[in-house]
Amino acid sequence: MSKRYLVPLIYIIFLMLPIYWLLNMSFKTTNEILGGFTLYPREFTLASYQTILNDPTWYMAYVHSLVYVGLNTLFSVAVALPAAYAFSRYHFLGDKHLFFWLLSNRMAPPAVFVLPFVQLYSSVGLFDTHIAVALAHTLFNIPLAVWILEGFMSGVPKELDETAYVDGYSFPSFFVRIFLPTISAGIGVAAFFCFMFSWVEMLLAKNLTSVAAKPIVAAMTKTSSASGYELGLLAAAGVLTLIPGAIVIYFVRNYIAKGFALGRV
Amino acid sequence: MAEIRIEKLRHSYMANPQTDDDFALKRLSLTWQDGGAYALLGPSGCGKTTLLNLISGLLVPTEGTISFNGRDVSRASPEERNIAQVFQFPVIYDTMTVYDNLAFPLRNRGVAEAEIRTRVTEIAEMLELTKTLNNRASGLTADGKQKISLGRGLVRSDVNVIMFDEPLTVIDPHLKWQLRSKLKELHLRTRRTMIYVTHDQTEALTFADQVVVMNLGEVVQAATPVELFEKPQHTFVGHFIGSPGMNVLPCEVRGGKAHFGGEVLSVGNGEAATGKGRTEIGVRPEFVTIAGDGMEADVVRVSDAGRFRIVETKVKGHTVKLLVKEGDAVPEGRTRLAFDPSHTHIYEDGWMAGSRS
Amino acid sequence: MTKTQNNRAWWLVLPVFLMVAFNALIPLMTVVNYSVQETFGNNEFFWSGTTWFQQLLADDQFLDSLRRQVIFTATVLVIQIPLGLSIALCMPRKGPWVSVCLVLMSLPLLVPWNVVGSMWNIMALPDIGLLGKGLNALGIPFNYTRQPISAWFTVILMDVWHWTSLVVLLCYAGIVSIPDAYYQAAKVDGARPWAVFRHIQLPKLKHVLTIAILLRFMDSFMIYTEVIVLTGGGPGSTTKFLSIDLVQKALGGFDLGPAAAFSIVYFLIILLLSWLFYTLMMRNEAK
Repeated sequence: MSKRYLVPLIYIIFLMLPIYWLLNMSFKTTNEILGGFTLYPREFTLASYQTILNDPTWYMAYVHSLVYVGLNTLFSVAVALPAAYAFSRYHFLGDKHLFFWLLSNRMAPPAVFVLPFVQLYSSVGLFDTHIAVALAHTLFNIPLAVWILEGFMSGVPKELDETAYVDGYSFPSFFVRIFLPTISAGIGVAAFFCFMFSWVEMLLAKNLTSVAAKPIVAAMTKTSSASGYELGLLAAAGVLTLIPGAIVIYFVRNYIAKGFALGRV
Repeated sequence: MAEIRIEKLRHSYMANPQTDDDFALKRLSLTWQDGGAYALLGPSGCGKTTLLNLISGLLVPTEGTISFNGRDVSRASPEERNIAQVFQFPVIYDTMTVYDNLAFPLRNRGVAEAEIRTRVTEIAEMLELTKTLNNRASGLTADGKQKISLGRGLVRSDVNVIMFDEPLTVIDPHLKWQLRSKLKELHLRTRRTMIYVTHDQTEALTFADQVVVMNLGEVVQAATPVELFEKPQHTFVGHFIGSPGMNVLPCEVRGGKAHFGGEVLSVGNGEAATGKGRTEIGVRPEFVTIAGDGMEADVVRVSDAGRFRIVETKVKGHTVKLLVKEGDAVPEGRTRLAFDPSHTHIYEDGWMAGSRS
Repeated sequence: MTKTQNNRAWWLVLPVFLMVAFNALIPLMTVVNYSVQETFGNNEFFWSGTTWFQQLLADDQFLDSLRRQVIFTATVLVIQIPLGLSIALCMPRKGPWVSVCLVLMSLPLLVPWNVVGSMWNIMALPDIGLLGKGLNALGIPFNYTRQPISAWFTVILMDVWHWTSLVVLLCYAGIVSIPDAYYQAAKVDGARPWAVFRHIQLPKLKHVLTIAILLRFMDSFMIYTEVIVLTGGGPGSTTKFLSIDLVQKALGGFDLGPAAAFSIVYFLIILLLSWLFYTLMMRNEAK
């Protein structure tokens, strides 16, 4: 093994340490946590996990999160697909300005939008619904999805479209039956990024919900202030939030390098 | 500058090659003289690029040796071997000017700036790059970039060999011819050993003094262009070189003569033939003539190829092609053909009889 | 690719336009509206011109947050970009370990931001955290809830943990897309590793590095969740960055006008700096 591989190795160890510590805490009893510093759980327990899985306010929070993240991914990719196609194939009035305006939304701090979003979604009666969070997250996910998909679509030669039209396909049937399968890797990557940014965001998700759609990221903050007593519970809840991410990464593992190049290096 | 000797070279991309099929290169021996212009010709996948990379040191051979001037370099790094290579796609250093690109290999070797200037100016002059010396290299056209790649090899006075891996692939057709004659001219001026890898017979035959034809990881023939044409040592060479390729007909060998469908034909290598294995006769369309006392043949098709016409005939169920010069009468229907005996050869299991003793 | 002029393409863009307009334009109009008015409740508003902006730019609390934010973002960029690039350069380019490395490295990117905060909170606890206890055991006084230096150290370490992988993955994608012939040509030309990096890898990575720097700049400039969970902006307000300050003003203080003015200035700073950086990079390209 070459010496230079030590660099990524050490980095990965550094990345794993906090995750190990979180796991470690989640399997300890409250007594052990309060008792002092231990490198591994002396009394291994699943009590924290049992609490979460038996308490609807906890486990429903996961469900709420998954619902709005799923909706958001669906919305973002669905509307971004035709738009990305337009940007990759046509010039139209104001196309460049529109593209930059879309991307500029990625530069908007969520903190700026919290208050106006709460007012906006309350006024249309969507406050504390999954739809509200899903729509709010499209603010930064749609520009991203359009940008990623445009990159992938530009790599597909225009001759594909022309051949299909010559063969008598209408635009919708060409788009769905020929074009979408061709850029399926791009769709996967775009969906991955939408999932990722919606899953990790807390500020908007927490403030746009109260009870009915309360996400896990908000449910966790109620315990985060209490030090000690509920640390095990907090750790277990944290560990459970890692699972969807790990599953998603597993599915896209062969596309990660290409995906992060966003189809345009 | 060096004589390159390759002995019993084998290479496999697998970790534990078992059968012959696992080898991309199957036991190969060759000697290249100092200062020659050589071509490696063969279809894609024949192992020519593998051989090139073994010589340049980008790959380490599984077995066998490569030596430059008697020094074994089989395991030496590309840098120690002092070679230059021009790749299929132009490789240039985008951020540098043309001048800096050409100076790069010399600077890496710590050559004094004054000498670099003389060398680069001289080479740029040769390559007709003088006017662009101060431009960014990334702005050049594909052929300009390819010239820079070549120039980086030429600036070094101590280069053992310059190798070209299908260097004209991305060049526009009308510039290909120009760049090819430029290469030939440069070879004559500098007398560097050059090895040119290609699958295009025209490129190989016009560039090289000696062409090495490869197929399926083996050298089939290493000879001058004329020899390849007149005495193809393998039916593969007959097919691959020449347009149209050599006629190959099944035959029986008895008493130093070839018997083909009742006809007895004199051939150039009758004495060497043993009659064992699969026996065939090979004759190029250029050496087939219309003759009143020849074999009966039926004309199937005539196609125009510019200065001559290709006449396709059937002789006893086998296709035989011949060339008829523009202006000469083209036979129709039934005709008679004769093969030039000195250019008709017997092949045994694909190899020319007597060529592998 | 040559594109054809076709204004009917607007129909394809319309859904995106409407959704983003709904999400971006209405809130921004609300914010602009608030920023130039004053209210005493009861939905009564009075024109106040640029008062809030003048007040904001003279406000020490805002200027302190801005200063902290700039220092934080600069530190994070200075650490993460070279570190991410070096790790990407050292990674294997083929073989079974590539996938393993990439999967493990992507993991921090998919951890919810508040969990990142909690994780480092647990990690840094001076009595039972691996980092906190470890540092104290080494004789280094460490308590991130009391000492500003400990807090800053933890916040920066947390951000390095959280986001360096993004830089690694972007750079790695750029590195593997460089054709082998470049490396071979460099070998043949006798280039040393440094020359290979300087003349082949770095120029080819310019594009991905631009993206990496832009993303890291924007995201670190907007940081909120991880820090609020870890330190809450403390001790005191030593780790109070712009977003924390803004959320406190907007949600806590009922000071709609000042918060709106803050929002606009905040957004403009990010837009302006991103634009400046982008044009500088692109002008270099044109030369």
